[in-house]
Amino acid sequence: MIRAGLGALLSHWRRSPLQLAMLLLGLSLATALWSGVQAINAEARASYARAAETLGQDQLSRLVADRPIPQEVYVTLRRAGWLVSPVVEGRLTVGRRSLRLIGIDPLSLPVEAQQVEFGEGNALLPFLTPPGLLYVNAETQTRIEGAELPPLRLSESLPPGTALTDIGQAQRLLGSGPTVSHLLVHPGSPQPPLDPALGLVLQAPQDGSELARLTDSFHLNLTAFGLLAFAVGLFIVHSAIGLAFEQRRPVFRTLRALGLSGRMLTGLLLGELMLLALVAGMIGVALGYGVAALLLPDVAATLRGLYGAEVPGVLSLRPGWWLAGLGIAVLGTLVSAAQSLWRVWRLPLLAPAQPRAWARASERALRWQAGGGLALLTVALGLMLGGHGLVAGFGVLTGLLLGAALLLPVLLWAGMWAGERLARGVLAQWFWADTRQQLPGLSLALMALLLALAANIGVGTMVSSFRLTFTGWLDQRLAAELYLTARSEAEAAEMVAWLEPRTDAILPIFSAGTEVLGQPAELYGVTDHATYRDHWPLLQALPDVWDRVALGDAALVNEQLARREGLVPGDPLVLPEWQGEIAGIYSDFGNPEAQVIVSTDRLLALHPEVSRLRYGLRVAPEQAADLAEEMRQRFGLGETGLVDQASIKGFSLAIFERTFAVTAALNVLTLGVAGLAMFASLMTLSGMRLPQLAPVWAMGLTKARLARLDLLRTLLLAAVTMLAALPLGLALAWVLLAVVNVEAFGWRLPMHVFPAEWLRLGALALLAAAIAAAIPVRRLARLAPSDLLRVFANER
Amino acid sequence: MNVRYLALIGLLASPLHAQGFAGLGAEVEGFAVPAPGRGFEFPADHGAHPDYRIEWWYLTATLTGEDGRDYGAQWTLFRSALAPEEREGWQSPQLWLAHAALTTPDTHHVAEKLARGGIGQAGVTAAPFEAWIDDWQMLGTAAEGDALSALRVTASGEGFGYDLALRATGPLVPQGEGGYSVKSAAGQASNYYSQPFYEVEGSIRVAGAPLAVTGKAWLDREWSSQPLAADQTGWDWFSLMFDDGARLMGFRLRDGGAGYTSATWIAADGTPTPMPPGALQVTPLREARVAGRDVPVDWRVVLPEKGLDVTVAAMNDQAWMTTSLPYWEGPIRISGSHSGRGYLEMTGY
Repeated sequence: MIRAGLGALLSHWRRSPLQLAMLLLGLSLATALWSGVQAINAEARASYARAAETLGQDQLSRLVADRPIPQEVYVTLRRAGWLVSPVVEGRLTVGRRSLRLIGIDPLSLPVEAQQVEFGEGNALLPFLTPPGLLYVNAETQTRIEGAELPPLRLSESLPPGTALTDIGQAQRLLGSGPTVSHLLVHPGSPQPPLDPALGLVLQAPQDGSELARLTDSFHLNLTAFGLLAFAVGLFIVHSAIGLAFEQRRPVFRTLRALGLSGRMLTGLLLGELMLLALVAGMIGVALGYGVAALLLPDVAATLRGLYGAEVPGVLSLRPGWWLAGLGIAVLGTLVSAAQSLWRVWRLPLLAPAQPRAWARASERALRWQAGGGLALLTVALGLMLGGHGLVAGFGVLTGLLLGAALLLPVLLWAGMWAGERLARGVLAQWFWADTRQQLPGLSLALMALLLALAANIGVGTMVSSFRLTFTGWLDQRLAAELYLTARSEAEAAEMVAWLEPRTDAILPIFSAGTEVLGQPAELYGVTDHATYRDHWPLLQALPDVWDRVALGDAALVNEQLARREGLVPGDPLVLPEWQGEIAGIYSDFGNPEAQVIVSTDRLLALHPEVSRLRYGLRVAPEQAADLAEEMRQRFGLGETGLVDQASIKGFSLAIFERTFAVTAALNVLTLGVAGLAMFASLMTLSGMRLPQLAPVWAMGLTKARLARLDLLRTLLLAAVTMLAALPLGLALAWVLLAVVNVEAFGWRLPMHVFPAEWLRLGALALLAAAIAAAIPVRRLARLAPSDLLRVFANER
Repeated sequence: MNVRYLALIGLLASPLHAQGFAGLGAEVEGFAVPAPGRGFEFPADHGAHPDYRIEWWYLTATLTGEDGRDYGAQWTLFRSALAPEEREGWQSPQLWLAHAALTTPDTHHVAEKLARGGIGQAGVTAAPFEAWIDDWQMLGTAAEGDALSALRVTASGEGFGYDLALRATGPLVPQGEGGYSVKSAAGQASNYYSQPFYEVEGSIRVAGAPLAVTGKAWLDREWSSQPLAADQTGWDWFSLMFDDGARLMGFRLRDGGAGYTSATWIAADGTPTPMPPGALQVTPLREARVAGRDVPVDWRVVLPEKGLDVTVAAMNDQAWMTTSLPYWEGPIRISGSHSGRGYLEMTGY
């Protein structure tokens, strides 16, 4: 009985392979998008963890100072009994990319910090003796091959973008002189008192990764996108399963009448669904791997540009991720099929075996839906007004999207009802009424389309607004024509003396590490000059802000710090050994850390040790190129020593574009999934609507006309959905810009609208609808008259 | 004291035992080579000789505590050069390794340190004399006379420490032929002198309060570039301090055959008499199970020319040096034709 029942149930899929394909496609696409995003997140987190473990950072205490530690201090500490090991760390520019260079002394290195295996025998010798060795992982190797560096050795235990070498080599490559960056403390080290004059602080092992914290919001963003795509995919699954169940109602009834128990039937159906879910899940996970592998290089570039976080561009397979992908496929199938399974469970044995052409639109159901939608919108509004934090931000987004999706059928129903009332002529009235009749069957697909369109409009608006603001901000902030970085202070002094008569202004760009309100921050110096007064757009400022800063009693803080701590101009600001007033707040895109700006004089008074190497040069724009050339010749400056404005801008914009390449890709995929959902629903309906169409045809309407009307109907519904998506998308954009961005990145952006973009998207939506409708409409136009006649002949 | 060759080569070997003994015969181009008749120049020769491949400052002390028990202390600084030169900073090819040990009748404590040259973390200066690595130190304290005639020696490790004041009561003694000490029949040799006449006062610390000690100590200075023949597999080295004031330095290099023995008899006034190869006879009397291997800890030592026929016995059988290259080194008691105390070092077991 079981075998016969299963055979009868499964034969349905053999007879409708398109339906099977739809179901598998929807489920695997949903799984793919979800697990692709998960794979990217997992890869990134793994690399943060690896970075956090570098040199045993998670296990070893360290002695740190707010400036480079003279090497003699290391020797003094060793001779006082401290078991410490020196580390030199810095960034080395190789080509256009910067490399994190770590220099160690392998002889004093604690075992906890052992990063690479030096191998057997005298393998340490080439590491210690010139020309030394540079340990990197394979990915870093391909990036820096050919550069003038010590011979490379491979070690996959190093994070990407990190190179390990002997401390002497590191000092030479970084030009850091006889200083070290910090000292690792052996776990069993005696700790004799430290001379306070050394300025050393003992720092406990860092168990959590700073990078993981900084990038949390970025990954939450990605996860939210994956979830959205998954939800849209489930619409397809739901409609495909619903259709398959409706069409098999006669089979169910017959099987039950033959003695198969309701429990057994439900069990068989459940088994069938699990099988399909597993197959689709496996396809989906494989696809997801492809999606992740495709997107990862862009995500890696974003993370590097935004946070300086190094994530490998190559994906590794994790078993947990496979299982999670299959799990989500099964779960998604169960959720999508719950309603249908419930109906089968409760199927009355003697109920008519006819498909019910989907549940008729009952006004009662619509009222429920309207109530639910309004409730969700209210929750979203409440969260927006009362909640805070990124999770609340996403709560607002979820409420907004789901509420609007639930309201869509209500809106469409009302529209059709109005159309029907206003229609003149019997055909028009039939058209409106028939469209309304189909709404329940199409509403899920239309909801998916609404979500996809709204997400596209919202995210597109956010990205475009951001781009506009960012470009403008770059234009204003990068006012100097040339940016100079000297290799030593002596060289800097020589260059400044040489440049003095040749430039309009030489603006020092000095910075030091400091601490504000208990968090690490960068302290920058600014020289009073028209460059800043004229070009720097401050978000908020006291009157005469630049005069106040120039006097040395006031500071500017970046937006991130101001938002995090709720600071406004006029508030007091306390730095180590200095107290002043906040005179203004500036936007500081792409920087996750707190930043404070004081006058250069004040900076030098607070941190006399600050390295005086970087300068902005103002010259007449047409002379900039010549001056740059002359300086390169005269001082032998490399690519990084002297950079012109256009290069910096180009570089920054490139980072920006890559940041949102992922978002754009996910957007397109979501829209594609929505199109598929629509196609699936239309296919379903086309098979069931014969009883409704046959009488109309019999009354004289040609098949071609009927087909045209059907196409028109689909386009009309898509257009209305697009119109509904517009305000929803804009609301979404506003939430993204004003709530999510502020929480995730610490900056708020003005919203700009791009109507041309909407037109393009509208056309795209109509095109998608037309393509989705093409096959069903064609099928209708080619329907044999005998098929239509058969409607009148029997019970189908 | 040939364990030092091993230890220094081992400095760069990981895992250390993979290096084995075979690599010791290798000659490195560019390094200075000991030659007969070189003689010594003090205080300059108390300092480092960076143009030689290996060198050490090796002190062993037999002590008696105020509690009446016997103790032994070791303080050793090794230098190993990757190239025959000295350079500033981390580019220096000189590497430093140090061992400190404290032996009680029932425990043996060991510590080890490693450091790079060129930055001041470890090194040796001839005048004023100081040899140091981290917070371990051998400091010249003599107001006049030879720089090594008075020393203060400190070291500490997990669960132990010592602070000893040394005063020499005799002259420096060249080993071998005027300081040219031959290590094999094939002619491998080192520059080698000793100060075997220290009187010691100071304190030791073993898991608790300091304990005052007195005793005698022996300092070896040796440097070379090509110390061992390729077939030599290990050695047994004896420094014997007799109650009548005489001293004996003797060693046997094992090569699977008869081995190669060498000795210097040092009279109570410090006059050395180098003995020809084979004059010294050493025979293991008792083996002990130490760190999973059998090590001869009691010996018969015979030097017919000087009427010497003694038994030496380890004060603590378990004086195993658990350093990166492990070996046995500990205090011994002498009985027989002569009595006294001394140190025994054995490698390759």
